Amino acid sequence: MCGAMVPGTVVFAAAYGTLAAQKGLSLTEAVLMSALVFGGASQLVALEVWTNPLTAWTVVSLAVVTAIVNARFILMGATLRPWFGALPPWQAYAALNATVDATWLIAMRYRAEGGSDASVYAGAGLTLWVIWVTSAIPGYLLGAFIADPKRFGFDLVLIIFFAAMFVPLWRGVRRAIGWAVAGVVALAVSFVVPGWWFIVIGALAGSIAGAFIDDE
Amino acid sequence: MMNEPLAHGAVIGIVAMAVATLMTRAAGYWLMGHIPMTRRVRRCLEILPGAIMAATIVPIVAKVGAVALLAVIVAAGSMMVRRNEFIAVGFALAAASLARAFGI
Repeated sequence: MCGAMVPGTVVFAAAYGTLAAQKGLSLTEAVLMSALVFGGASQLVALEVWTNPLTAWTVVSLAVVTAIVNARFILMGATLRPWFGALPPWQAYAALNATVDATWLIAMRYRAEGGSDASVYAGAGLTLWVIWVTSAIPGYLLGAFIADPKRFGFDLVLIIFFAAMFVPLWRGVRRAIGWAVAGVVALAVSFVVPGWWFIVIGALAGSIAGAFIDDE
Repeated sequence: MMNEPLAHGAVIGIVAMAVATLMTRAAGYWLMGHIPMTRRVRRCLEILPGAIMAATIVPIVAKVGAVALLAVIVAAGSMMVRRNEFIAVGFALAAASLARAFGI
């Protein structure tokens, strides 16, 4: 089950590494971010927010943007309560650190097949973590050597990934209303507010609007 | 003061991101042990991933223009035909490089 997630993780990590090199992070910083954060989409968005050097304001922006992009982990964690609830808290919270989209998907399938061993969750997370951290290195080295990243479309990596990840999320037009709101609000905000706040404001507006529309 | 360069800024920034992520990983689990999650909050969180993607893609495509639109369409189209990130990203990057080589 875990094997199916590997190619996507490798590509995603390499793309992150490439972008990190172009944004002026050192290899150590790029690897440290992968090792400590372990959240692909949030790292790619954070690189767009990243400034060289960092200011206190950038640090605050990074924390907020990361929390918003990773807010889906809140829902995933909530779904794990019935499973991990019987464990001692320290084990449950340790296992929760394995939460990424891929681990959670693997775990949901494992649970559906009747599995109940929480170490499967931690093990899948640890495996993906190792792949995620190491695969960023060749991507970084590649990124550092390419003089004109735009020529190869590497400046578009973030939206290309998001467009690809968007397709499996499709659940019909009703759910998409919230996404349309997010896109329109973000576009409007991008003209008015400098920086990358349009992602945060647009995403929040869209998911709140969607939650109310879907409730009827 | 907020806009002055920070000493060890990169490390502080990365740690701030790590703490923010730790909180999201623990919060839902913790919360479910204390209060039941309402349907509305659940829906809000379900829609959030797609909303983040839409809120990122639309303004960037509007700013960058035709090449970005092409890359997004190729990536999504490829995923619709075959669910493979390798192929989708490869095609989209190739389409963007070709379009730029031809001066679009």
